[in-house]
Amino acid sequence: MRLISVYLIGLIFGVGISISGMANPEKVLNFFDFVGTWDPSLAFVMGGAVVVAFFGYRFVLKREGPTFDHIFHVPQNRSIDLKLVGGSAVFGVGWGLSGFCPGGALPALGTGRWEVILFTVALIGGMGVARYINTHYDKRFQTPGGPDLHQPAAHGPIDHAPKGPMPEHTHN
Amino acid sequence: MEIVNFTPLASLFGGVLIGLAAVLLMAAIGRVMGATGILSAAIFAEDDRAWRWALLAGMISGPAFYLMVTGDWPEITVPVSTLALIVGGFLVGLGVSYGSGCTSGHGVCGLARLSPRSFVAVPTFMATTALTVYVVRHVFGG
Repeated sequence: MRLISVYLIGLIFGVGISISGMANPEKVLNFFDFVGTWDPSLAFVMGGAVVVAFFGYRFVLKREGPTFDHIFHVPQNRSIDLKLVGGSAVFGVGWGLSGFCPGGALPALGTGRWEVILFTVALIGGMGVARYINTHYDKRFQTPGGPDLHQPAAHGPIDHAPKGPMPEHTHN
Repeated sequence: MEIVNFTPLASLFGGVLIGLAAVLLMAAIGRVMGATGILSAAIFAEDDRAWRWALLAGMISGPAFYLMVTGDWPEITVPVSTLALIVGGFLVGLGVSYGSGCTSGHGVCGLARLSPRSFVAVPTFMATTALTVYVVRHVFGG
């Protein structure tokens, strides 16, 4: 049941991406081309998604816990650091060059288009290199005392949840 | 400036579905719907990968479902070079790993949770994306 539910949730996301235009680099790049051929549509994608998630999360996070797990794995990292700002800046350069972001490209893989496959291979390559550098070289980027990129086994890189129950999830 | 291909209703509806999926994922298994973390951990993590692959399979089925309902694949027009796809993809992979998230993780889930990190990340990547598009299209004439 758990995996079937998760599959169907992925399907809703994939259909949403397909309808919204986020899987289409031309549309994405035009959104950012304010002085040229501007397509404001993506503001409606972000707006719709954030408003629904904002009210939906408030409702869901009031519950005792999720249906198929015992805690909400909400990211707990609060630090605004060079990693966050620099990483986000580099992501933007890549997004501006290619027109694909991960959330747009993954559903787009379902079309079998070679451009999407090529982008995704390069994307995974970049993630792999970041992991490798983190694990083997740059100790500065390792967060003391918390799971991070070098140790994503349980939660993945965007999830800094502690192992125990999370009393403060509503404040994050 | 010229406004092109504006699709407010389709995009709003797609956005509502994306937000709904994020809420349902939190309700079902208590996870944030971030494409970056899900993909990265599906490939590189040592355990707890089943739900991530199930989610990815669902995402990838999206366009086929769209095809069944509308009779067309979702439009994908790639106005950039092969080199830009490769370099762009690599930089996205690097950036989202260090930045701990992308448009879905920070842009949807993080903003919806009022996460201070996401309120820094989103304007940062929006700005560098816009700057990159400006440079590619209007400085070099891409």
